[in-house]
Amino acid sequence: MTSARRIEQAVDAGKHIHRFHGGLRLRHNKRISCQLAVERPPLPELLVVPLFQHAGDIAKPLVRVGDQVLKGQQIGQSQPCAAVHAPVSGIVEFIEDRPMSHPSGQAGPCVVIRADGREQWVALKPISDWRTASADSLITQLQECGLAGLGGAVFPTHAKARDGRERNIHTLILNGVECEPYISCDEMLMREQPGKIILGARILRRVLGAGRVVIAIEDQMGAVKEALTRAAERTDCENISVIKVPKVYPEGGERQLIQVLTGLEVPAGGRPSDLGMVCQNVATAAAVADAVVEGKPLIERYITVTGNGISQPRNFQALLGTSFSHLVEACGGYQDDVARLVVGGPMMGYPVATDETPVVKRSNCVLALTTQDIAEPQPEMPCIRCGECARVCPATLLPQQLHLQIRNGLWEPAEEYGLTACIECGCCDHVCPSHIPLVEWFRYGKSEQRRRALENEASDKARKRFEDREARLLKIKQERAEKMTRRKKMLKDKAFQQDRIRASIDRAKNKNNTDQNTSEADSIVGNPDDA
Amino acid sequence: MLISILLLTVLGVIFGLGLGWAAMHFRVRSDPVVERIDALLPQTQCGQCGYPGCRPYAEAISKDEADINQCPPGGEAGIRALADLLGREAKPLNPENGEETAKTVVLIDESRCIGCTLCIQACPVDAIVGAAKLMHTVITSECTGCNLCLPPCPVDCIDIVGVETDILRWREPRPQTGLDLVLVQ
Repeated sequence: MTSARRIEQAVDAGKHIHRFHGGLRLRHNKRISCQLAVERPPLPELLVVPLFQHAGDIAKPLVRVGDQVLKGQQIGQSQPCAAVHAPVSGIVEFIEDRPMSHPSGQAGPCVVIRADGREQWVALKPISDWRTASADSLITQLQECGLAGLGGAVFPTHAKARDGRERNIHTLILNGVECEPYISCDEMLMREQPGKIILGARILRRVLGAGRVVIAIEDQMGAVKEALTRAAERTDCENISVIKVPKVYPEGGERQLIQVLTGLEVPAGGRPSDLGMVCQNVATAAAVADAVVEGKPLIERYITVTGNGISQPRNFQALLGTSFSHLVEACGGYQDDVARLVVGGPMMGYPVATDETPVVKRSNCVLALTTQDIAEPQPEMPCIRCGECARVCPATLLPQQLHLQIRNGLWEPAEEYGLTACIECGCCDHVCPSHIPLVEWFRYGKSEQRRRALENEASDKARKRFEDREARLLKIKQERAEKMTRRKKMLKDKAFQQDRIRASIDRAKNKNNTDQNTSEADSIVGNPDDA
Repeated sequence: MLISILLLTVLGVIFGLGLGWAAMHFRVRSDPVVERIDALLPQTQCGQCGYPGCRPYAEAISKDEADINQCPPGGEAGIRALADLLGREAKPLNPENGEETAKTVVLIDESRCIGCTLCIQACPVDAIVGAAKLMHTVITSECTGCNLCLPPCPVDCIDIVGVETDILRWREPRPQTGLDLVLVQ
């Protein structure tokens, strides 16, 4: 049965039919941040916009210190990746390394803008009618507006769209399954702006040339389904359906979601487009609508500020570059015993060292944990081979094996056991009775694999250069030797010697003749005083 | 009797020709073991192993003239990979050949460089550009960190520096735990 037919089945049933391997049922903790309507926080004075926000390269700054920038003006560019824009109008105060919300905790190049409060927009270039515009112009628009996957992977949207267009895509899946506890920004977006999401979905569908849109949401999301269905009905568009899936972590993973919807697995090393599907986050779809219809670049996003360490948890529509401290202040500040600040959810998020860290395209949640929330670090015990980790692994890997292989530097076996297929969801960590930090090991293993690949590339290049140099030196040596033998041979050859002597005598004679001629000529022209 | 002798002779000739043809057409041009050893070596061409380059060392290993623990840039991981390939026991790096260090590159202090071209001649991977009496400079991305350019420099204008790390080259640290398991295979 084809994947298209399977999607149809799921749509007809109106709910999921399949399931994925493993996973966990976690307590949601989402309600605390869904009590208040989403608002924009007050305009911060200083915005720090990192130039490294996408999967890919670091963008090059297009502005200099002291420049006046307008809201939405492009300030960073890196060719294959999406662009970076100024979130406010103001003056560029610094371009320097600052903390930039990266798992490494490292600082990176950021453009620091002091807002002038005028909120003056740059001249926007919307696409007048997306229904008639060419797919290429739409894709270029997405790139110029800096669109990237807002679910967390920040893969440039235009690249995904272009790749999807080249393949035969039948279904666009909008991922509204926000499976990680605490995070509720996508849910709030679907509640408050369903029309924009549907519009973005229609634009993306046209870009991809897909026939069907499936919006997947969690079954706990209450009124979201009605809101989306109503918005879809209002547009009179066919083949847009909303499917509820049960809350099992990590169902929001693209591969897990596709498995739940179709029963098919995306092949290892492959992409959903191999099955004729493209997955986009609902927030990305809303940003696509803004970018195409209004021409607005991606300069703000929904973000959840939550956790027991926050006085009034809520969602914000925050400008990129706003510091976390500013958002927390807008929430009424911290509770007394806040102990850790995490970007993302409790399962896949990473701690940050300072709340000066800015909101970037990938930040969906700021989670402030109190001392009670953080489990006492347990001493690590040896693996007892209970197999719990393999039971919950959504990628059907064997974490206990992988862990030992990585620990012992057995890289080839680790590769064979599918280390690259690990989605770092943290399920194995959560259930391990020996408290082994499995995901940390897998992240380390993956990063070592990348390093090894780079080193191999470098050594191949060095070998090539060394061999080329050797070949060149050999060639020079051979040429020199040839020249020597030629000369020696010439010196030995009597007839040749005679010829050369005769030739040089002739040359000398000729020279004498011409010398005489010229001296005569000289005397004719001569100096008038001589005459 | 005669038929069987003839038959066997003809068969012998046919197979002989076949084998001869195969020997010519499917001949292995160079020793594949050398290639595979060479592929595991880091290609710094630094000569710390005592051979003039990675390939000569690979050839020496394949002929059993050299041991597998003579390559400091390859380090423990390199020795283990060689041991795996050759079915030998891994052993610690021979201290006579040097110590395993983090990768470095060299940098020419251009204000001190006199343009003698000696370092250019020493560089095994053509990673230094320059001409006589003109300033030289290192193409950092091509430098393998072999430090062969240091001894010939008459004015000591070449410095060893660490490789710059930026966010793109960031590596996850190895998890810190009290246990160190050994896998029993």
